[in-house]
Amino acid sequence: MPLLAILVLAAGTYAFRVAGPLARDRLHIPDGLERLLTAATAVLLIALVATSALIEGHGFAGWARPAGVAVAAVLAVRRAAFPLVVVAAAATTAALRACGVA
Amino acid sequence: MRSLWRTSDRGTLRDIALVCLADALVGASFGAIAVAGGLPAWVPISMSVLVFAGGAQFAALAVVLSGGGALAAVATGLVLNSRLLLFGFAVSDVLDGRRRTRLLGAHLVMDEALAFTMRHQDRARRRAAFWTCGIALFACWNISVVLGAMAGEAIGDTDALGLDAAFPAVLLALVVPALRDPRTRTAALTGAAIAVAATPFLPPGLPVLLALTGLVVPHLLRKTA
Repeated sequence: MPLLAILVLAAGTYAFRVAGPLARDRLHIPDGLERLLTAATAVLLIALVATSALIEGHGFAGWARPAGVAVAAVLAVRRAAFPLVVVAAAATTAALRACGVA
Repeated sequence: MRSLWRTSDRGTLRDIALVCLADALVGASFGAIAVAGGLPAWVPISMSVLVFAGGAQFAALAVVLSGGGALAAVATGLVLNSRLLLFGFAVSDVLDGRRRTRLLGAHLVMDEALAFTMRHQDRARRRAAFWTCGIALFACWNISVVLGAMAGEAIGDTDALGLDAAFPAVLLALVVPALRDPRTRTAALTGAAIAVAATPFLPPGLPVLLALTGLVVPHLLRKTA
């Protein structure tokens, strides 16, 4: 990945980030829209979780990774500490792979 | 900085520390996966400092490691980061100071900082949560990516350690509290199903944006009920 690609990605990302804080003064966001933005955030993040857990390239990522993420889901719903959630996910996936599950 | 500590309650500080630890594991995974995949160490390190968005970094890395071009990697990262436009508006009330502060704070707009800011109604507490989480995570994330990149060559096979499961896991832990609201939950689960179903047919990055169509489902259900 060339440096130029990283710089373009960084500049574009920063542009997305800075638009809200700079436009705030001239733009009032109604309550309804703010609630919609909150819901939209949750939708995007869950979609990112689902695709990164299940998909590799254009196909299925195999069983080991989604199994690890499923363990993370159970722990997260039970309000386990964040580091425990991450370590349990990686450990489950690693253990399954060690047993020969892709 | 001291006033930030005073305004943040202990529970929030503890949670932020735990998220930092979790993200440090994810950041180390990112550095290790990139270097083990054959990229020079400066690629994951400069990406982490300049782009500073875990989701886009992992997505762009996946495109590059699976043989895609730099243009596809940039496009994927940008599509994924377009959500930061929404986040920027959602936290813009805490970035209301001098222009320089706003420009600096904007770089810290991300999933975790938004999640912590959203927990509070009071403006001073929102501001404290945003800056504390933002600064702490920026430091932890970048240090851990450097350490991961250094360890990457020694580790070799990062999949054997299950490191690829670390990123979705931490994202899930962050978003679970928002799913207690039934309408958000319906929208999120529908959106996720749509994104996964669309993945074989669309270029990387787009399926996640398509998930937003899930937002209309709770409205449709309410009308037919």
